[in-house]
Amino acid sequence: MAEPLSQAEGIDGAARLPALRLLQRRRARASTPWLLGAALLVSLLALVPLGFVVAVSIQTGWAGIAELVLRPRVAELLFNTLLLLLLTLPLCVLLGVALAWLTERSDLPGRRAWSLLAVAPMAVPAFVHSYAWVSLLPALHGLPAAVLVSVIAYCPFVYLPVAATLRRLDPALEDVAQSLGLRPRAQFLRVVLPQLRLAIAGGALLVGLHLLAEYGLYAMIRFDTFTTAIYDQFQSTYNGPAANMLAGVLVVCCLLLLSAESACRGQARYARVGSGSPRAQPLQVLSGTGRCAGLLLVGLSSALALGVPLLTLGNWLLAGGSEAWQVPELLPSLGQTLELACLGALLTTCAAFPLAWLSIRAPGRLLRLLESANYIASSLPGIVVALALVTVTVRYARPIYQTSLTVLLAYGLMFLPRALVSLRAGIAQAPVELENIARSLGRTPFQALWRVTLRLVAPGAAAGAALVFLAISNELTATLLLAPNGTRTLASAFWARTSEIDYAAAAPYALLMILISLPLTGLLYHQSRRTAGR
Amino acid sequence: MNSLELQQLHKSYGTLSAVHDVSLNLPAGSRTVIVGPSGSGKTTLLRMIAGFEFPDRGRISLNGQVLADEQGALPAHQRLIGYVPQDGALFPHMNVAANIGFGLPGKMAAKQTRIDELLDMVALDRAMGTRWPHELSGGQQQRVALARALAQRPRLMLLDEPFSALDTGLRASMRKAVARLLADAGITTILVTHDQAEALSFADQLAVMRQGRLVQSGTPLELYRHPRDAQTALFLGDALMLPARLEQGLAHCDLGPLPIADPGRQGAAQIMLRPEQLQWSAGIVQSGAAPGCAGVVKDWDFAGNHCTLSVAITTVDGRQQLLPVPAAGLQAPAPGSRVWISISGQAHVLPGS
Repeated sequence: MAEPLSQAEGIDGAARLPALRLLQRRRARASTPWLLGAALLVSLLALVPLGFVVAVSIQTGWAGIAELVLRPRVAELLFNTLLLLLLTLPLCVLLGVALAWLTERSDLPGRRAWSLLAVAPMAVPAFVHSYAWVSLLPALHGLPAAVLVSVIAYCPFVYLPVAATLRRLDPALEDVAQSLGLRPRAQFLRVVLPQLRLAIAGGALLVGLHLLAEYGLYAMIRFDTFTTAIYDQFQSTYNGPAANMLAGVLVVCCLLLLSAESACRGQARYARVGSGSPRAQPLQVLSGTGRCAGLLLVGLSSALALGVPLLTLGNWLLAGGSEAWQVPELLPSLGQTLELACLGALLTTCAAFPLAWLSIRAPGRLLRLLESANYIASSLPGIVVALALVTVTVRYARPIYQTSLTVLLAYGLMFLPRALVSLRAGIAQAPVELENIARSLGRTPFQALWRVTLRLVAPGAAAGAALVFLAISNELTATLLLAPNGTRTLASAFWARTSEIDYAAAAPYALLMILISLPLTGLLYHQSRRTAGR
Repeated sequence: MNSLELQQLHKSYGTLSAVHDVSLNLPAGSRTVIVGPSGSGKTTLLRMIAGFEFPDRGRISLNGQVLADEQGALPAHQRLIGYVPQDGALFPHMNVAANIGFGLPGKMAAKQTRIDELLDMVALDRAMGTRWPHELSGGQQQRVALARALAQRPRLMLLDEPFSALDTGLRASMRKAVARLLADAGITTILVTHDQAEALSFADQLAVMRQGRLVQSGTPLELYRHPRDAQTALFLGDALMLPARLEQGLAHCDLGPLPIADPGRQGAAQIMLRPEQLQWSAGIVQSGAAPGCAGVVKDWDFAGNHCTLSVAITTVDGRQQLLPVPAAGLQAPAPGSRVWISISGQAHVLPGS
């Protein structure tokens, strides 16, 4: 039974009134311009690499561009890149969808374990994959090797979203298809596959962008792409217009890939219509041969994607013995990697915060524009970002040229969307209504923010920071170009060792990188299952 | 004594006027229901009272203390006004006890007695305190949200469609329980809803809103019997609108001459009857007794304990008109029967018609 209200509370409230009356209205409006300013600043920074490419193209002029771009060398690179995309993407999609279906929708024995194994290759950096293959089969090189290693390294990017979507599909749709007389194969092709279109397109885009941006993987197996060519050009002529123009062509390739994906996605929205929780999905019972074929596929892909790196790495670790671990540079480079990754994750998450906050709490056309600016900027290869930052810092910000600050800035530009996506999800978990309730219960706006909203956002922010951390600790290209003298991350130290063909000495660095990545890959796997509602 | 006073409140978002010139007084300890279709501005009004939004013009005062006017506004956390939203909005990162104790000062252990008291009050088991919001049913979540709002002994309780997420049976019993609880605690309450049955049964005072304006306010019975216009009449229940000619305290219409309240009104007007004012009797023409007319049952809509007859009557100008006439389900006449329709009570003349 509540007691009658005491009169004192009313009087007390009245006494507090005059001093505080005007504060509230001002504060409610004042926070937004400040956040908007920060979001604008971050987005402008994100546009630096794109602006650099445009500015350089304008400076070079049509004649210069024609001279630098219309060369047999560029045609060769374009041909290589196109072939790589055309061969790798379909294989990745096929393998990814097959693995996802087998682990999610069939009664394959041990499907939970197989699904974990299908994601695990993500913990191995792409250039460590190619290191493993090259040291296993030294003759491996050129296009076939590039396709093989790319499929192995990047297939999880297709597998993860497709598996998550498969889990979320409403089985009632397949029941309806069945009742309309469709056979299982037709059910899959006409009902399930169309619903996977968004996931497949998104995964394929991610793979495609990686194919365009990756340096280490292709350099090690001696396959020329734009990125390796730009890197070589940069090493020989430092900052020539040739490298810049190649970067321009690479950017055009990226933008084409982005628009191809968005065209493929179209206006499609695959929401579940109707309410009520969906039933559990029935598992497809495999026949004897089907089961054997399925096991063979998952077993073979795991053996290639995990067995080979682990085997070669184990071999080199044994060959190197304890001496390989006793180099004085190992610990400092671990320390530097952790330091850069922690700082980068923190800064990137903070930089993503205003944009993420506004896009949930005050959405609008401007915010959507800013967000897409960031997504486009981050889809540019690391080598372009690095090239842009080298030029810009040399010309306009000499004091920060070749400092950790520039490296961190590059990481921020490249990995901001990873933080943004997780933060957005976290902020969406904390509706403004909860903050209002806290205020109606007598908490000041700041207390409400602290005790309710920030607590709810924290897991999303942590997940975003972890994803950025993972990306930074394996980053090679931009680090090679931008890191100040004396800075050696695990990735760049590994690269230096393999460039000297000292594979045994490189092995401990590779192992450390994998060990750092493992828990975060686990987190990613867990998160993808949870968003699917389990 | 008036507890809450709203004076000429205005609020607009850009060019869209959400609340327009709303004035309303709430007696202390009363239960007021603000009812209206969605988009009528009722939630905006509630949020201005809570302090989540601020009026552009006008004044809100509670027990004589100004909460908001042109000069500024008291922030929500200093208003001591309880608020229960539609979905309960429990803090998902706190268990039930922590949710209820959120607004209480002091350490968790010190709050425990009060939390137990509040759990008793909303008829939840004390052991519920350790449960998490996602483990509760919709009705339990609403009870926790109510207990959380009651914890700080609010001067005013705002309920924003708190029962709409519950299923029909639970909704009625929760409504009764909450009404009794708040009456016992003597807390002035405002409930916002778009459900007319809920509005009529919960309210001491009913306020109907439409397109940002307060159309009419009064007791539920008063509004049901004497709505200001046809829209309000239909919003609060089924109604029969008929054109009529008023003459010396009688409304002459297709149902014959019906008595009206105001003998002074003359000329053409629109009158309203509630279907329950119509009664049927089998085939006997009772001319001269209660006002009424003859008709033929065309159809019936059986719904168990009651049923609605569609009775065709012939109007003055020779057309057929269908009247909905309530009947007890078990004794309803078969289609084709001739019946006599009599009308009890007065016809309500819609003002301004």
